[in-house]
Amino acid sequence: MSLTVQHLTKVYNQQKAVSDISFHVKAGEIVGFLGPNGAGKSTTMKIATTSVPPTQGTVLIADLDVTEHPMKVKQITGYLPEHNPLYTDMYVHEYLQFVGGLYGLQGKALTLRTREMIERCGLMREQHKKIEMLSKGYRQRVGLAQALIHDPKVLILDEPTSGLDPNQLVEIRKLIKDISVDKTVIFSTHIMQEVQALCDRVVVINKGEIVADDSLKNLMNKKEGTKSIVVEFEQPVSLEDLRSLKGIKVVEALDETRYKIDAEGPADVRPEIFRFAAEKNISLVGLKVEETSLENIFRELTESIEHETKRHNQ
Amino acid sequence: MIQVLTKEISGFLNSLIAYIVIGVFLTTIGLLMWVFPDTSVLEYGYADMDTLFSLAPYVYIFLIPAITMRSFAEEKRAGTLELLLTKPLSDWDIILGKYLASFFLVIFSILPTMVYYFSIYSLGSPAGNIDTSGVIGSYIGLILLGGVFCSVGILASSLTSNQIVAFIVGAFLCFLLFTGFEALSSINVWLSQALLIKQLGILYHYEAMGKGLIDSRNLVYFLSVAFIFILITKLVTGSRSW
Repeated sequence: MSLTVQHLTKVYNQQKAVSDISFHVKAGEIVGFLGPNGAGKSTTMKIATTSVPPTQGTVLIADLDVTEHPMKVKQITGYLPEHNPLYTDMYVHEYLQFVGGLYGLQGKALTLRTREMIERCGLMREQHKKIEMLSKGYRQRVGLAQALIHDPKVLILDEPTSGLDPNQLVEIRKLIKDISVDKTVIFSTHIMQEVQALCDRVVVINKGEIVADDSLKNLMNKKEGTKSIVVEFEQPVSLEDLRSLKGIKVVEALDETRYKIDAEGPADVRPEIFRFAAEKNISLVGLKVEETSLENIFRELTESIEHETKRHNQ
Repeated sequence: MIQVLTKEISGFLNSLIAYIVIGVFLTTIGLLMWVFPDTSVLEYGYADMDTLFSLAPYVYIFLIPAITMRSFAEEKRAGTLELLLTKPLSDWDIILGKYLASFFLVIFSILPTMVYYFSIYSLGSPAGNIDTSGVIGSYIGLILLGGVFCSVGILASSLTSNQIVAFIVGAFLCFLLFTGFEALSSINVWLSQALLIKQLGILYHYEAMGKGLIDSRNLVYFLSVAFIFILITKLVTGSRSW
């Protein structure tokens, strides 16, 4: 089942949280919804899950308008809100049974489904504990389990991995990947690696506007041609000498013996640097090409608007 | 609605709230009724339960807002209300579930006092010399009063995410409804309107029921006041989509 955001606008007290955004998530697709804090990710997700009404535009889930058929939409959507609110005084299995009951599961079906979710989310040992006793990683699992208990076709996860330690991060990502086989999933994050680990399409939002909607590969390719090289010599060299080399645009000293070199154009300047070192009889101890990092793409996409608006304001 | 109701009730039972509420209510009323000489039935000399029925509302003014204060306020603060609102539940399901859970708890705190009736019944001289119909009317009145207080408390809780604010607002509104109008009507400026103002308050109708006459006007009063407060709660909860 697909999810379509149509010209969505949300205004909170004259402040635009989301401004006329549109995108489409195909059935069965996993899409990362990326953006810095306060970009409008959560607002969009809240509208999609009917907890906040849109100012203009709408969201269609499985061709159902969320403002017109909220009950039907709720029945087929699983939602993990930001900060993962839970009834901390309930036991894990008790909580899952409660949520299952809200979706109309009853009796044996409910018991079976709860047990299945506990197994799938790796909560076997924790199921008889109170939620308040659980670590953050396990709470996140409970949050996912409650979002999945009614086997929803569409899964909306708002920052499912924020605040987890590296081990939990890997586990939760793997869990999301496993459970999303036959579901349409949209998850928000501000970590690029997450998108890389989970899916290949990404929608980037900044200040309420969509700044990119593409596969990760395409985004990386677009930003190519700005390769930079970090080079380390045994002893300090003069910046002037380095700058005079062919095909080099900018040289920046990182510390006494390490330099960051930006090449001009796509040509490889590494042989040039090697020859330079050999000529001067200086030992070259390190040479590393810095690929355009995911963080850089993210920063460029989400900062460019800021620059533009600044320029505009000036 | 049933799911919310059972969850709330098991929440009361698991978090000791239920035991504390019932325990405090029964201890207070028990002491006033049988031990403290100023209000004790044994000292009073008349076989009736006026002590219970005239003092219980004042205990409830504090106790019921304490039961209801967490219902919405805590869920708002913890963010779990958002979770509930994204489940296939209508606002009515959530509100009525929470309302009925508190109401049941109040009824459970009243039930054990029926023992008092049998005590006084047999202590009377001659035994059985008690106004049974008055007691029945008073019980119905007290239960309905609990229902109204619960709806007031639920409303107060839905207005804020701070439990203390919810408690104070709830207790104040209960107090105002119970004796406020009565006191207001005794100010000597209303002339012929005084009775009307008196009838807006709970006390007038509560006392009327205590006489053992179950008048449909009093019933309608209690039910409609409770309904109005629940309706306002619904509006407040629904206001997120305005």
